Amino acid sequence: MQKIIYMDNAATTKLSQKVLDEMMPYFVKNYGNPSSIYSLAQESASAIKEAREKTAKALGAQTNEIYFTSGGTESDNWAIKGVADANKEKGKHIITTSIEHHAVLHTCQYLEKQGFEVTYLPVESNGIINLDELKKAIREDTILISIMFANNEIGSIQPIAEIGKIAKEKGIYFHTDAVQAVGHIPIDVNELNIDLLSLSAHKFNGPKGVGVLYIRNGTKISNLLHGGAQERKLRAGTENVAGIVGLGKAIEIAVEDMNKNGEYVTELRDRLINGLLKIPDTILNGDPKLRLPGNVNVCFKYIEGESILLFLDQLGICASSGSACTSASLQPSHVLLAIGLPAEVAHGSLRLTLSNENTQEEVDYILNQLPSIVEKLRALSPLIKK
Amino acid sequence: MEQYSKKVMDHFLNPRNVGEIKDADGIGEVGNPVCGDIMRMYIKVKDNVITDIKFLTYGCGAAVATSSMVTEMVKGKTLEEALEISNKQVAEALDGLPPIKMHCSNLAEEGIKAAIDDYKKKNEKK
Repeated sequence: MQKIIYMDNAATTKLSQKVLDEMMPYFVKNYGNPSSIYSLAQESASAIKEAREKTAKALGAQTNEIYFTSGGTESDNWAIKGVADANKEKGKHIITTSIEHHAVLHTCQYLEKQGFEVTYLPVESNGIINLDELKKAIREDTILISIMFANNEIGSIQPIAEIGKIAKEKGIYFHTDAVQAVGHIPIDVNELNIDLLSLSAHKFNGPKGVGVLYIRNGTKISNLLHGGAQERKLRAGTENVAGIVGLGKAIEIAVEDMNKNGEYVTELRDRLINGLLKIPDTILNGDPKLRLPGNVNVCFKYIEGESILLFLDQLGICASSGSACTSASLQPSHVLLAIGLPAEVAHGSLRLTLSNENTQEEVDYILNQLPSIVEKLRALSPLIKK
Repeated sequence: MEQYSKKVMDHFLNPRNVGEIKDADGIGEVGNPVCGDIMRMYIKVKDNVITDIKFLTYGCGAAVATSSMVTEMVKGKTLEEALEISNKQVAEALDGLPPIKMHCSNLAEEGIKAAIDDYKKKNEKK
């Protein structure tokens, strides 16, 4: 089999072997339902307790502020719909940004149909919001500010501490979709004044299908799921025990290794960015410094993203693009349009997201291969003046 | 995402009839940069027959492959025969396209039509 070069870690990451080893006993041996009374079930209950402690520690939170969910999408849905519902007497206005993940954007659009009003803040060309715009958008009836920690496409990191401070001063709940950030950059919910935070295990070498919503004690929020009394009656459904155990182990390892991995991956990232920018008519999307350690996102003018991905796939390189042709819609990425790119440039984007498992050899291999791929596609392009 | 057929990949990786014809008798451009695909077809016509055809395409794998395939299908055909080629025939010749890529085969059909229209317009004036 051809060697795979995996550079799509913002889509998902490989489950760590150490994490899998921790999870395994909870499938066949300790399979008890944590809600049951007998000793077998207590194994499951204490495993969840331990995972909750590890997660709380990683975020600087209390253990009773950690709620396990099925992943980032559920956490985002719960945070936004739950706060909107529980606080609708106070107001019906929500502030978010135009570059959120669809789990946030589509939830806000749904709430607009239910009578809520949503302000979608624009971003600067580096993919970062303007704090003055945020301050101006705040109204008497604003009940929630939901702004992502770091963007999944272009890696731009928002001024979360400043946003948290503004929200706290105004007495508005602050939710952050931190799915791309947790395990990769330091987060402390108290220092940053975050009231609600979404995370997903599979973005930091944990299993798919499990996530967390952090909810600061005292936050008024309604249930998304109704049923049993799990998660202190706020999130019904038998716990995904093995998944939760995996999340706990994965977040523990990620935080332990964060400095070491962050430095290593940032160096690879900058090597890759600098190399790619040597290709003519190539632009970097997102901020050069205020970006996730592993995120590389560039646009090659005059060519289209899916065709780049097909050439890379021939070489065993896994990457992604904000091109419309990689999705069912005909629109290019809303994030790339929001940073001001014309549609035909946005279609030519390439995202490579690195992990600590990538090597300098892999980066150099890609830098060696991409110029000829771009050249080949440009030779086909009617957009370029020959 | 759904995989492309071997034939689509062959036409994408090794597109036929790529380039421009400097003294083309007809040029047709279809598509829209906002949607991420533009196809430009150049034809040479002699005695009502398409004697040469070249294309330039900005777009995804399916857009390139359908451009390449349709140029092969119309080369040597009369204008009437070329106008009869449908998007479905182009897709079938490529052993099918994923459903969300069917609009790319429309472009191929429209591209040929636009080039022939252009040729006819130019000849009317003469």
